[in-house]
Amino acid sequence: MNEIVELLSYTFFQNAMGAAILASISCGIIGTYIVARRIVFISGGITHASFGGIGIAWFLGLNPVLGAAVFGVFSALGIEWVSKKTDVRQDSVIGILWALGMALGIIFIYMTPGYAPNLMSYLFGSILTVSSLDLYLLSALCVLTILVFAFMMRPIVYVAFDEGYAQTHKAPVQFLNYLMIALVALAIVLNIRVVGIILVISFLTIPQTISNMFTQDFGKMILGAIGFGILGSLLGLFMAYKLNVPSGATIIFSFVILFILAKVIQLSLLKLSKKVKE
Amino acid sequence: MTKLLELKSVYAGYDNKVVLKDVNLTVKENDFLGVIGPNGGGKTTLLKVILGLIKPIEGLVEFNNIDDNLIGYLPQINTIDQKFPIPVREVVLSGLMSHKKLFGRYRNEDKEKAKALMEQMGILHLRNKNIGELSGGQLQRVFLCRAIISDPQILILDEPDTYVDSHFETELYGVLDQLNDHMAIIVVSHDVGTISSHVKTIACVNGSLCYHDSNIINEEQLKTYNCPIDLITHGEVPHRVLKKH
Repeated sequence: MNEIVELLSYTFFQNAMGAAILASISCGIIGTYIVARRIVFISGGITHASFGGIGIAWFLGLNPVLGAAVFGVFSALGIEWVSKKTDVRQDSVIGILWALGMALGIIFIYMTPGYAPNLMSYLFGSILTVSSLDLYLLSALCVLTILVFAFMMRPIVYVAFDEGYAQTHKAPVQFLNYLMIALVALAIVLNIRVVGIILVISFLTIPQTISNMFTQDFGKMILGAIGFGILGSLLGLFMAYKLNVPSGATIIFSFVILFILAKVIQLSLLKLSKKVKE
Repeated sequence: MTKLLELKSVYAGYDNKVVLKDVNLTVKENDFLGVIGPNGGGKTTLLKVILGLIKPIEGLVEFNNIDDNLIGYLPQINTIDQKFPIPVREVVLSGLMSHKKLFGRYRNEDKEKAKALMEQMGILHLRNKNIGELSGGQLQRVFLCRAIISDPQILILDEPDTYVDSHFETELYGVLDQLNDHMAIIVVSHDVGTISSHVKTIACVNGSLCYHDSNIINEEQLKTYNCPIDLITHGEVPHRVLKKH
């Protein structure tokens, strides 16, 4: 217990906890949209494409997160545009972008003279070393996402649910689709710092899937996903510190443990309600 | 009777493929139009043109005296993701989408209206259920509520009789007959047997559109319109026509 109290007094650990909570909020909201609209594969593509941005920014001596953000948002808008305006199959486009981003990232990082960045921290995340700039960016993302959903959740859900019908009602379908895919890209890129490229997709899907076991309402699903996100990421954070391994791995590991627990609880609840009925 | 909608020599299609050729169609108040035709004949394309989802390549779509927002639409149920996390009441309310601004909220009277409609359709007890928990017939009722909650002047249904049993089908046409008192109805179906005994007029779409003011189809007409369909009708002498072209 003393150890935990001591740990909480360190600035780096407070930053890490802040990052975990902020990541849970933005991922909880955006991830619910991703899961509901079944765009997990698109999100995976954007995630890996943004690695190209990290490489290019590193080569040019710019902030890698900035590079990833620009690259990620443009690939997201590109995927949306290509799949709507041309007859190229969407999943093929995603597959190409996915690999291209990773390839560009590696080429540029290796071409950069001098000290090579710690690749591991981008691939698996390093929540224990987040800077205050990262925290500001994550906070800004949270504020933006919360505002968008506070004011426009209904049209967003309606368009995601039945795009054709929304179109017959003259809803701004295209605007909302581009806005949301850009938000998805931003959420992914900024959360790469916390859990890393390889694992960020699970932050956007596992808490949502757990939440979806207990509620079918979009709004409640968001709240549940944020809750499970905070629980799992804080657990993972302590584990990462204790075992001295990358935070992304431990956070995802705790998510999966939570998932299994939730599944067991859900199944026993089902059994119980059946018994009560009998 | 006032004209609500008029299509004048409309050509429409996708990319370089013209699906509809020289289509003329008039929908008047209290019309009950059945649209039949083979797969790929352009039934869905016709609906999309009327709904404004695709622009005709040539020709005019004219709405007379009505706000074109006021078309109720019931899409094919297999185009809907039934696992989407959305409860029944939200689906029904979404029929008021165009009455709301982007940031608009629902008023109490909107919610009351949705409630009354769900009560009328016998799905009020399902209002908090997720759409994934419903049967095909219940789901159709939900989408019918969504289509008519905005009091449209034209109601368009795209194959409402798929995935439902014949009991619901009879019920559905009963409801449609009532609704027909205050709105024009267009039903797309490939079940000509049921449709022909309920609708007032039939349009047969196969590239071009043939439209006539009678609910009796005979073999001769089918030949003229070149529609390969199985047909069972109940006339004075029940007969069965199976015509392949």
